[in-house]
Amino acid sequence: MAKNLTGTLQIVTANRLRDGSVVFLTQTAEWTSDIRRAAVARDGEAATRLLGIGTVAAAESRVVDPYLTAVTGEGDDIMPVSLRERIRAQGLTFAAISADATRYL
Amino acid sequence: MYRYDEYDHAFVAERVAQFRDQVKRRLAGEITEDEFKPLRLQNGLYLQLHAYMLRIAIPYGTLSSKQMRTLAHIARRYDRGYGHFTTRQNLQFNWIKLEDAPDALADLAKAEMHAIQTSGNCIRNTTADHWAGVAIDEIEDPRIWCEIIRQWSTVHPEFSFLPRKFKIAVTGSPNDRAAVRVHDIGLRMLRDENGEPGFEVIVGGGLGRTPMIGKTIRPFLPKQHLLSYLEAILRVYNRYGRRDNIYKARIKILVHEIGAEEMRRQVEEEWEGLRDGALDLPADVVAGIGRHFAPPRYQPQPTIATETERLRFENRDFALWLRSNVVAHRQPGHAIVNLSLKPEGGPPGDASAAQMDAVADLADAYSCGEIRVTHEQNLVLPHVAVADLPAVWRGLTLIGFATPNLGLVSDIIACPGLDYCALANARAIPVAQRISQHFADLARQHDIGELKIKISGCINACGHHHVGHIGILGVDKNGTEFYQITLGGHAGDDVSLGSILGPAVPADQVVEAIDSLVRTYLAVRQDGERFLDTYRRVGNTPFKERLYATA
Ligand code: SF4
Repeated sequence: MAKNLTGTLQIVTANRLRDGSVVFLTQTAEWTSDIRRAAVARDGEAATRLLGIGTVAAAESRVVDPYLTAVTGEGDDIMPVSLRERIRAQGLTFAAISADATRYL
Repeated sequence: MYRYDEYDHAFVAERVAQFRDQVKRRLAGEITEDEFKPLRLQNGLYLQLHAYMLRIAIPYGTLSSKQMRTLAHIARRYDRGYGHFTTRQNLQFNWIKLEDAPDALADLAKAEMHAIQTSGNCIRNTTADHWAGVAIDEIEDPRIWCEIIRQWSTVHPEFSFLPRKFKIAVTGSPNDRAAVRVHDIGLRMLRDENGEPGFEVIVGGGLGRTPMIGKTIRPFLPKQHLLSYLEAILRVYNRYGRRDNIYKARIKILVHEIGAEEMRRQVEEEWEGLRDGALDLPADVVAGIGRHFAPPRYQPQPTIATETERLRFENRDFALWLRSNVVAHRQPGHAIVNLSLKPEGGPPGDASAAQMDAVADLADAYSCGEIRVTHEQNLVLPHVAVADLPAVWRGLTLIGFATPNLGLVSDIIACPGLDYCALANARAIPVAQRISQHFADLARQHDIGELKIKISGCINACGHHHVGHIGILGVDKNGTEFYQITLGGHAGDDVSLGSILGPAVPADQVVEAIDSLVRTYLAVRQDGERFLDTYRRVGNTPFKERLYATA
């Protein structure tokens, strides 16, 4: 794995059409909900290529609104730069109440 | 309660079938997202950060126990088991799958509910005083008029493509509990000199990016003219409202730009051609709709509810709850019970499927099967016998909805914010949670008294921060959450918009900042003053000095 990644690293994310869930584009042009498996573009050219794959998937009605977003690190160390994307990747920042709960926590 | 007639049933069923087909074609890739998006929005289905969100209209905030059970069922079956009651008396499910949405809508339709006109540039769900029909100061049940508006505005061909969304609020009492001055149209019922009920017509209020207080363009409108007058307003808006700029498209901007007087002139001129026509409802039609809202048959009640009195003296929690959450009812021997969906540390307005079912059971046992949703993200059991209050309190305590904090510092309004919302700048729910934990001590809350905190995660102001006694607005400063604080907003009769206190504070200092504001108030308040009274007397300065001195 590459170390000391600097500069703009980007991944492609979207929502899956069928259920709306957050997904990331992998190296093998699949869509995963696990951000650690996201393909990371290291330069503008690679980013454009990745987004192109995303756009095709959108045209094929698999995902909705694919876009590039900046990250730091990759694999287990990957972390979106913006808070919005961290929340998309990791879920709610508080515990939601469950169906059978009669009390909040 | 209003029941669907054959027309309503057929219309909603047809829409579900139509949407089912549209979803099928979308999933098969036969239509593009650009083509599909307006169709799903017309059915209340948004795409948010993590999933699709389904916004369900609860007309004028009235629900039957059966409808509440349907919502619980949808939460369990199609969502993650909970829903969020909003400031527009709607309910939002946050985790709906596109492929399940038609089934969810079909189940809703069986319980006479839908998600139509909960999005888009049309007339949205008309909101009302949540104590409609039971409030002591009420002239007439506003829901009769809301239902008339609902029927008139549902798929109204002329008003399906307005310059922007359009929200109407109605209060049936001279005391405003529906925030009528911050809606596109607000209707406030009052009586003329002969004692005849009618409406004060207020136009051009709203929150969002450019908050405005509505202007009265007609101090008194005899009620039979309501629809023709509304139609005249909508026509003027449809004609002149700005479609060139989304930020200037609401009717409030039009009223602001041409002035209330010119707006009045235009509306009255338009109305001349409409009044006394087909839209002016004959009394028997109004009476027919009114029968749906006739009060239930209340059981005769003893003059003294012994058990209730005993418990009030013996149990401090019960006494506190009576004081803050229970309100006088127009029917002797009865009370209005307000349920707090603001438990300490909880997300404001959220209810689990189990809680929804339990509320439905309590409504059946003690409130004639009826429930209300408030624009402050709470629920109401509107018809409880005073003698049943101990049982209702115990039932609500079991499900965590008996926190005695109505109107107090922990009864916070918060929009979904950055945890859910695609438009958000910052989180709102976790901020509310931390504030309510900080002020958990109920005795202290009661000492602080009425204090309404309202939080929005962006300038769209779904959390009504402009009219919070303390308003909190999430902003994004170079990718970090900051919160701008406003003071002195209020949504009642003496409506006011909050004024900005100073520079926004970072997320980790919000609780401290609110604590500082509360301490300042406690230090300078005079006898009997609420937070808002003190603020109106002393202004920003003492609050500002103390808050920013320490910063
Ligand atoms: S105020 Fe902004 S963040 Fe909050 S729900 Fe509305 S649009 Fe979303």
